[in-house]
Parts: sequence; C-alpha cells; structure tokens
Amino acid sequence: MDFLLAALAWLAAPIHWSGPDGIPTRVLEHLAYSLSGVGAAALVAIPLGLMLGHIGRGAFLAINIAGVGRALPTFALLVIAFLLLARTAPPLAFGFWPTFLAMVPLALPPILTNTYVGVRGVDRDVVEAARGMGMSELGIVRAVEVPLGMPLILAGLRTASIAVIATATLGALVAGGGIGRYIVDGLALQEYERLFAGAFLVALLAIGTELAFGLLERMSGHTSTVGRVPLRG
Amino acid sequence: MSTDEPLIRWDWIASHVPDIAARVGEHLVLVGIAVGAGLVMAFALALLAIWRPRLYGPIVWVTGTLYTIPSLALFALLIPFTGLSLLTAEIGLVGYTLLILVRNIVIGIREVPAEVRESATAMGYSPVQRFALVELPIAVPAIVAGVRLATVTTIGLVTVTAVIGQGGLGSLILDGLILFFSTPLIVGAALSVLLAVAADAGLALVQRAVTPWSRAR
Repeated sequence: MDFLLAALAWLAAPIHWSGPDGIPTRVLEHLAYSLSGVGAAALVAIPLGLMLGHIGRGAFLAINIAGVGRALPTFALLVIAFLLLARTAPPLAFGFWPTFLAMVPLALPPILTNTYVGVRGVDRDVVEAARGMGMSELGIVRAVEVPLGMPLILAGLRTASIAVIATATLGALVAGGGIGRYIVDGLALQEYERLFAGAFLVALLAIGTELAFGLLERMSGHTSTVGRVPLRG
Repeated sequence: MSTDEPLIRWDWIASHVPDIAARVGEHLVLVGIAVGAGLVMAFALALLAIWRPRLYGPIVWVTGTLYTIPSLALFALLIPFTGLSLLTAEIGLVGYTLLILVRNIVIGIREVPAEVRESATAMGYSPVQRFALVELPIAVPAIVAGVRLATVTTIGLVTVTAVIGQGGLGSLILDGLILFFSTPLIVGAALSVLLAVAADAGLALVQRAVTPWSRAR
C-alpha cells in the first residue's frame, strides 16, 4: 500500500504538472503519437478497404493482412524505425517520428480488415437496388456501403486506437516521449512511484479511450461486438 | 553507427548462432508457459461462464480491461511485488491470453447446435459425458482459432519481456538498440515474425489432425 500512496502523492505533486517532463506534456505527446498513428493508418486503410470491399476483390489481402500485422513485433519496428532514422535523418530520430512510424503498421490491419468486411457484408440486393435507382458507384459507397458498414468500421478504429495507445508506451524505450517516459525512467532510476504513476496514467488513458468509443458507438447507434478481435503490439 | 556500416553483418550472425538459438529457446519457453497456463485458466473461467451464464459478462469485462493495460505498464505495476522475474513476465503474458481464449472457448461451446446436444442427451449421455465427448470436440476449431490468435500475439509480446530481463528474441532487439547495431535487431525481428507464422501454421495443422471431420468443408 505504501507505494500506492507514494504514487498518488507523486501524481498530486504540483512539480510534476509543469515543464517538459510534466504530466500534461507527456499525456499530450502520448495522444499526439496515438492520434497521428491511427489517423495516418485510417487515411490509407479506410479508402483501400472501401475500394476492395466495393469491387469485391482482394479478400485474401484484406483478411490476411490482419494476421501479418499481428505477427509484427511492434517493439522491433520501433527500434528499426529509430536506427534507420538515426542513420538517414538524425534530427528526426528522437521523439515523435520513430513512435509514429511504428504505430502505423500496428493500426492499419484492423482498420483495413474491418472496413473490408463491413462493406462486403452489406446485402448485395441493397447495393443492386441502389444501382438500379441510378446511383453512381461513388454514391453507392458513400450513401449505402459506408453507413451500413459503419459498425464494423468503428470497431476497427476502436481496436486500432486501444492497441496504439497501449503500445505507444514503448516509444519511450527508444528515446521518445509520451507517458512511457515515466515507466522507462522509473524503471531505470528504480523510482517506483514514478513508474507506478506512469503505468496508472497510461492504463487510465487506454480504458478512457475504450469507454469513449463505447459511448460513440452507442450514440451513433452503431454498436457491434463482431470484428472486435483484440490486438496488442 | 556509421553510414557505411551494412544493415546486416552476416559474419556476426555466423559467429553468434549458438547465442541466437538460445534466445529462440528462451522465447519459446516464455510463450509456451504463457499459452499453456493461459489455456488452463481460460478453461476454468469458460467452464464457470458456461455453468453460470450470468458470470460471462463480468469475466469478459475483467479480462477485457486487463487487455487494455499496456504490457510495459503491467510489467511495471507488478515489479514492486514480484520483481524483475519470470513470474512478472508470465503474469502479464497469461493475463493477455485470457480474453481471447475464454471468448473462443465459450463461443465454441455455445455454438454447438441444440439438436446435437439434445440427441446426445436422448442417447443417454450424462451432462459431463455430453460435454467431454460431444460438445468439446465440436468446439475444437473455435478453441484452436483462439489458441492461434493468443500464440501469435504472445510471440510478439514476448519481445517486450526482454526489457524486464527475461531474455528471448527481445534481448537481441534490445542489444541492437543499446549497441546501435542493426544486425541483432533485424535477426530478432525476423525470427519473431518467423516463429509467429510457423506457430500459426503448425497449430492449423494440429487442428486438421484432431478434427478430421471438418476437413470436408
């Protein structure tokens, strides 16, 4: 119980709430890595998934990429990104870029697979009816396939976001920022209250994201338990 | 690392084969314990959820919440209690297998067609016999699918346990980071992916072997 209290005291201390190693800075860094990672992955995976799902091609690619993504060890990707940047563009090797680059391949597969399955799962009769009514192909994607596939698309974004928020913690191992900083430094300095506070903060952020997505899905009426195979890097 | 240093130095690999093999061995042991212990615990939890369906929701909620906690954070949280030990690594790793395994076992058993269940009862099977001889074999594909997911996930996760000093392929990755030397890093990463793919394919073969009736599909 002692270090629980110590960790709470650490969290409450005003000195830990300001400056470049302060809690607000580290939480914002963590969110920046995670949002940009999921955002960049979504920017590629959603259009690609919509296209493959709409034309009904590439099922093999769309389904199997999820397995490949699961097999890639994110820790290794982080270190590879770090070493490559250190060789080619040293100023970019510290902080944002290695973590961002390692988060994209983690987030991409669940978004792509779920978008594809979501669009593919739309009743073909409905699509044919829309086509018969004279809707353009783009119009069908926008007005029929996206809304009907939305529960699975959201589920993919949810899986990816939780995995990325949890895994962005590892960024601190390769000289990045984010909440992982507290865990890695706490471990190195044997300062257990710092480590505990970091673990608590990142767990809170991950669980908060999960709850926020649950709320978002419920508000939009798009709850789905299908396609929620948890992922971890 | 100088820019003319090659990405992979084959001579390093050639001179470190025993070391690399030892890391692969450690990796397999860490994964084996995690998935083995996870399967036993998941089975107990799944039986509980089947016996008392009302408990399924809370079990999934607890294992799901456990899953949201980042690996590094979970290890960190355990260190004050269990130190930089194998136990710390395995508590985390086993915890992560539970959600996938419990869910697949319960769904597999639940999806046994009611007619099959009733036929077994009508043929005089006791509830325990019916479970062990009818429901469980029918659920094998779903259970193996869960074991495959859990195994592939754990193989990737074990790379992180090197940070808390538990060896495995992660220590090659960590060496690469600390020494600024890409060869062990690439070897560690490639072997981790290779192990995951091989384990996945191997388990798929096991499933084919133990459920010959599902081959017709």
